[in-house]
Amino acid sequence: MGFDIDKWYLQKMQGEVIVRYMGEICSDKITETLNAIESSLNLKNEKNQTRKKVYNVFVECIQNLFHHVDTPPATANVEASPRFGVIILAKDSYFYRISTGNYVNLSKVNLIRDRIDQINSLSDEELKSLYRDILGNEVISYKGGAGLGMLDIVRKTGNKLEYSIYPHDDDFVFFAMDVYIS
Amino acid sequence: METIIREGSPKTPYVRLDSEKGLIEIKGRSIPENSVEFYKPLIDWLDKYGTGPLEVTNVNVQLEYFNTSSSKCILDIFKKLELIYKKGSKVQINWYYEEDDEDMFEAGEDYQSIINIPFTMIEMEE
Repeated sequence: MGFDIDKWYLQKMQGEVIVRYMGEICSDKITETLNAIESSLNLKNEKNQTRKKVYNVFVECIQNLFHHVDTPPATANVEASPRFGVIILAKDSYFYRISTGNYVNLSKVNLIRDRIDQINSLSDEELKSLYRDILGNEVISYKGGAGLGMLDIVRKTGNKLEYSIYPHDDDFVFFAMDVYIS
Repeated sequence: METIIREGSPKTPYVRLDSEKGLIEIKGRSIPENSVEFYKPLIDWLDKYGTGPLEVTNVNVQLEYFNTSSSKCILDIFKKLELIYKKGSKVQINWYYEEDDEDMFEAGEDYQSIINIPFTMIEMEE
């Protein structure tokens, strides 16, 4: 039996859900979602700093999905679009949470895990230093991503990335991530 | 050289590249999924401008948000300006940030640590 995405999705609906989406993450959808968030954050009278941080981090999360997800396998009970992903923005009393989920080919799992574990192990100074190194030295990837997304998220939130890798079938896993912004 | 003006859009900034006034402005939001498409013509323009820049080039960067995809392209713009500066022309870079926007202030410092042109950090009231 594969990963139960519906059950996972329901579990992520905790707190006050501001935005939730499961489906193809295309450019227009990103724009639409960002507009919705902005209206909502403005309505809540959040201070500018919080509003900007949540917005910025959300941009990185949703664009990470845009650039890096794999098409779900036929065994998954979801639409098989090339940019299928899940993203939820919710507010709990003291923090905002962004949860994302997407299918990933098994071959990439170790790389993703190593990368996140590495970023999570760094101090603020080390994060800054690594960010500047990558920014200054590396070539932009053909996907238009600069390899900086997750680093930027951790640097801005000051919190570690939490993630889970759920088995799905012989070739795919479901990769879920939670980002907290206090 | 032709002046380039790009009006701002929900994901891309207002841009002005003016060779007659020696003025470069980037304002608003820069969060396109693929920033290379947007920034390449601007970088090409700067290449050409660099062959005959004015004595003084003023650069105003006033961004509300920019994504990591843009950050690399913005660096490429600064690198072109650095070449102009190294050849002896004056380049004045003004990096604007809203008061309390530590992230934007730090972003300016990130660029300043990589680029060998002095930045003027300008705090704006919210």
